[in-house]
Amino acid sequence: MAAANAMRSLIAARPAPPRTAGSLSWLRRNLFADWKNTLATLLVVAVLVDWLPFVIEWGIVDAVLRPDNAACRALEHAAACWGVIAEKYRLILFGRFPFAEQWRPLVGMVMMVGLLAVSCLPRMWNRWLPVAWVVLFTCFFVLMRGGFAGLSFVETAQWGGLPLTLLLSTLGLGAAFPLSILIALGRRSHLPAVRAFCIGYVELIRGIPLISVLFMASFMFPLFMPPGKTPDVLLRVFVGITLFAAAYLAEAIRGGLQAIPKGQFEAADSLGLTYWQAQRKVVLPQALRMVIPSIMNSFISTFKDTSLVTIVSLYDLTGSLGLALNGDANWRQFYFEGYLFIGLIYWIGCFSMSRYSQWIERRLAADAV
Amino acid sequence: MSDVIISFAKVNKWFGQFHVLRDIDLDVARGERIVICGPSGSGKSTLIRCINRLEEHQEGHLSVDGVELTDDVKAIEKVRREVGMVFQQFNLFPHLTVLENLTLAPTWVGKMPKKEAEERAMAQLERVRIAEQARKYPLQLSGGQQQRVAIARSLCLTPKIMLFDEPTSALDPEMIKEVLDVMIDLAGQGITMLCVTHEMGFARSVADRVIFMDQGQIIEQNSPTEFFANPRSDRTRDFLSKILSH
Repeated sequence: MAAANAMRSLIAARPAPPRTAGSLSWLRRNLFADWKNTLATLLVVAVLVDWLPFVIEWGIVDAVLRPDNAACRALEHAAACWGVIAEKYRLILFGRFPFAEQWRPLVGMVMMVGLLAVSCLPRMWNRWLPVAWVVLFTCFFVLMRGGFAGLSFVETAQWGGLPLTLLLSTLGLGAAFPLSILIALGRRSHLPAVRAFCIGYVELIRGIPLISVLFMASFMFPLFMPPGKTPDVLLRVFVGITLFAAAYLAEAIRGGLQAIPKGQFEAADSLGLTYWQAQRKVVLPQALRMVIPSIMNSFISTFKDTSLVTIVSLYDLTGSLGLALNGDANWRQFYFEGYLFIGLIYWIGCFSMSRYSQWIERRLAADAV
Repeated sequence: MSDVIISFAKVNKWFGQFHVLRDIDLDVARGERIVICGPSGSGKSTLIRCINRLEEHQEGHLSVDGVELTDDVKAIEKVRREVGMVFQQFNLFPHLTVLENLTLAPTWVGKMPKKEAEERAMAQLERVRIAEQARKYPLQLSGGQQQRVAIARSLCLTPKIMLFDEPTSALDPEMIKEVLDVMIDLAGQGITMLCVTHEMGFARSVADRVIFMDQGQIIEQNSPTEFFANPRSDRTRDFLSKILSH
């Protein structure tokens, strides 16, 4: 009886819903959803069909990989001459550092990248991490400078290439980050002198191009020093980059501080936390988390801006490439391949930072719900 | 007068041109439970926020447990260790777990070992009946639960005085009772309480004294029975008729 009732009340079958699984359906939804979408897809495909074979031929099939100058010249730029990289990679990567001693920057660089990777993991963020970095930088300097135990002395003006780029970036940002926190806090201070100084600092530095800061650090700084007391060129450039990056970072961090509700400060005050305790345990952890994308933006800029040190005769990765090619008439013409190579190195660095930023943002957000 | 724990003498305060506290004279006895009510903008929140110096008064004298509040930072720190405060918007720290919210001040301000601070925090969480949420983050809790955590947090430094600034005003109606129950428990334990609230049932059942403020002045103060039965001023009568009419 119940079954009969159920039979009578059955609803007529409706057409099946459109398939949403499978690759055909994915194509339809994402590439051919409507006529505009389809047109865009077809245009992209047309460009790819036109260009991809050329890129593959130019870059891979016809390219010369051996450091064979005659073969490369014979190509007449119809295909890539990766031979220039094979021939010059030591000069590009390590600059003017003495050829036989280049294992030293290599070891230093590997240590640095290793510690950098370790530092990326939140569970390594404890009081030992800064100590590890101080030890690392000390080892790096001792190893690079040499002048003991049979290691020849290499002055800082001869350091170059990728290790120099990494050194200036990590050391510069490592120093700029704490400095920028102080400046950002200072800009919100109740003490008029502190506030005025921090505002003046940020507005002054942001108003000057980095290239001028580097020039001033490199050429003007020594003029104010007693004769014979010129600080090291690397030190001068490091100070310039740090001061410059700190101004931009401070503004990014101030954005985060501004977004912390007043109630958080009041709660910290009412619990008896001192100013510094409140900043350190309550305000900064929340503020910094909020501005991770802006901070990473500054980091990426600074990493690439280190290439400007070439103008004060320090040969970082970009500078070393110029050094490697300009001095050799046989290989000079293959600068395009050279720039692609260092472009790739920069891109790997920047893309890693970008991905890391997204990961750490999700990771830290997951902690607070 | 050793039993006076908070003393206002001719306290005046302005926000710019706005005279928010006018000639406040008020003595609070140790262990006294006071409810402060009045229309919005009457200065009642400002009054209790002066007690732990979230606001500073510009004229007159205010002392808390024998310490006069001035610009002296040491004095302010001393007073804040004696005074706990609960806010309308809870103001829990969203990046810390419930337990970490409670142990922050004891470990950093009270220099207590972590283990001891955690034991004490758990005891406070038991007291507000929310111990099972200790490992969660504040935003995973309901409003009523968050406010109970906030009360537990302010109790962790064993304050002598508790200030409540409209603790139930931001809560959904069904959560008000759980918070009031905790406050009633607390009132029975001898702690000095000043509570800005419009919960007149709470005032009736636990307050020793009800204070009515309007336009920065204390208009009237009396025992709850007298206060509700025989309000003396017109403004008090007018206010009571508005909030008790439904």
